[in-house]
Amino acid sequence: MTRMVTMSQPPRTTSPEAIQTLAPIELDAVTHKYGNRLALDSLSFRVEHAQIFGLLGPNGSGKTTLFRILSTLMVPSAGHARIQGFDVGTEPNRVRQQTGIVFQARSLDIKLTVAENLKHQGHLYGLSGTLLKSRIHEVLGRVGLRDRAKELVETLSGGMQRRVELAKGLIHSPSVLLLDEPSTGLDPGARRDMWQYLGTLRDQDGVTVLVTTHLMEEAEHCDRLAILNEGRLVALGSPLELKSQIGGDVVNFETRSEEAAHAIAAAMDNRFHVQAAVLGHTVRLEREQGHRFVTEVVEAFPGQIEGVSVAKPSLEDVFIQRTGHRFWNEAGSDEAAVQKGEK
Amino acid sequence: MATVAQTVPSPAKSSTPGILLPSYSLWLREIVRFFRQKARVVGVIASPLLFWLLLGSGFAHNFRAGSNETGQSFAFYFPGSVALIVLFTAIFSMMSLIQDRNEGFLLSVLAAPVSRSAIVLGKVLGGTTLAAAQGIVLLVFAPFIGVHLTLETIGLALLITLLMSFELTALGFAIAWPMDSPQAFHAIVNLILLPLWMLSGSLFPANGASGWLRMVMHLNPLTYGVDALRNALFPATPTDFPLAVNLAVTVGFCLLCFAASWAIVNRRTTKPAA
Repeated sequence: MTRMVTMSQPPRTTSPEAIQTLAPIELDAVTHKYGNRLALDSLSFRVEHAQIFGLLGPNGSGKTTLFRILSTLMVPSAGHARIQGFDVGTEPNRVRQQTGIVFQARSLDIKLTVAENLKHQGHLYGLSGTLLKSRIHEVLGRVGLRDRAKELVETLSGGMQRRVELAKGLIHSPSVLLLDEPSTGLDPGARRDMWQYLGTLRDQDGVTVLVTTHLMEEAEHCDRLAILNEGRLVALGSPLELKSQIGGDVVNFETRSEEAAHAIAAAMDNRFHVQAAVLGHTVRLEREQGHRFVTEVVEAFPGQIEGVSVAKPSLEDVFIQRTGHRFWNEAGSDEAAVQKGEK
Repeated sequence: MATVAQTVPSPAKSSTPGILLPSYSLWLREIVRFFRQKARVVGVIASPLLFWLLLGSGFAHNFRAGSNETGQSFAFYFPGSVALIVLFTAIFSMMSLIQDRNEGFLLSVLAAPVSRSAIVLGKVLGGTTLAAAQGIVLLVFAPFIGVHLTLETIGLALLITLLMSFELTALGFAIAWPMDSPQAFHAIVNLILLPLWMLSGSLFPANGASGWLRMVMHLNPLTYGVDALRNALFPATPTDFPLAVNLAVTVGFCLLCFAASWAIVNRRTTKPAA
């Protein structure tokens, strides 16, 4: 193991100790404003080497803003973000060499063939000749599209185009891979393939992967998660850790109206000394031995409970616990409402 | 070094790509795209031909005499016609920049470790190639209006056509970059395109114009390109400016437009780049 770090490692990282603490991705009070609107509020966290790190949040939570900053397409208003020790604001080209990016929207030229797109991308990263040829061969093999190399991108299905995007992001063997909502437009099978492939990259190539997502079930695949809400970090940890922080079971009681929900929540506090949250028509609480508690409550409020659910905590429960509202918040920011309406 | 290799895995095999390779790649892409869209190929070849046909027919009855009723000769309008064709193709070729942005392609270029000047150079050379090709198709007809073909004439005419194509494409780049829709680009370009051409000495010579008009014409960089073309095609005929001045101003404007485009692209702000 005497590989060089990079040929151009700056002289300031001299002591081995300093290098060892270097995280592939490091955020230090990253803050961003669009005009007066605060999109990111002093975010700080680290992503460890060879992890799949998820950035989970509803629309308008600041995921895209952070993605733009990490992909060097925008400078943060304040704070620092570093990739492999290079500041995304002041050393963009160093960051770019380390980073592979898969954007949410298509970035391929549909009038070019698959191989032409990859060749072009390789040129942008200084690859050429036989090295580039072998890289194209390798990445296409990895996404299973070697036989499509000579086809025009516009003739490929959406799922195949996404795979070419992934190949494009990997052409220069980056040590950090950033993916923005990578499963957009993929069917369940293709999603599974993609997550398997990201796992391979992590395990075999030691690539650090950062994925943004608004899907809870996707976030479950990540080694670690940062949950964002309105530009703030509300939770950080592995999906298991985060869920185990919620005591026992999550119990939801459906009632007829919001007023009824409030009344029942207050009465529960009186009678059982539990802190219950009201979310619309639902009274929600966390409790050990949830199923026993259910019978007590239903007997205590005859006829007022329309439905009951008892479940192990999910990531959505983590989100609700930390923010006091649902992931898709009806009364949330306008942006979230608008984006939801588009679907 | 072992610990180092653990913390920073799989070193990027790429080195700094420099300017030439990415520029070449972006240029090549423009050309490949052009030939894949057959309608564009037809347009580039057919429009100078049509131009010649119509212009030539208009002058046909006094073709031999070489002048129309107002006394201006067909030969006088020829350099301006080349400029007109180059002007349209060059500036409108940068519409592709807006398309690249909207299709997401530009985003991946901007996120690559490419010097921003290479991005401008590649795109501008792509547009330059197409615009110059069109100008050259029209220039092929030069012998029919009495241009005596020498090696110098051909070489100089090609050089000037290339320079004009470059300056106008770079101008188009600087205009197109901040635009988010083709319609906005159209609106702005239409505003400047006609005055730029009409006041370039293509329709009437600058030295014949009066007062302020003459001054505006002297400030119009295209004037020097058209005049240079006149120098090249008709070395014996006196023109508004000497060839050296025309070339110097044209090259200067090439650099200016390129620098402006580079400065716009090089800006890194707290607003989304694309």
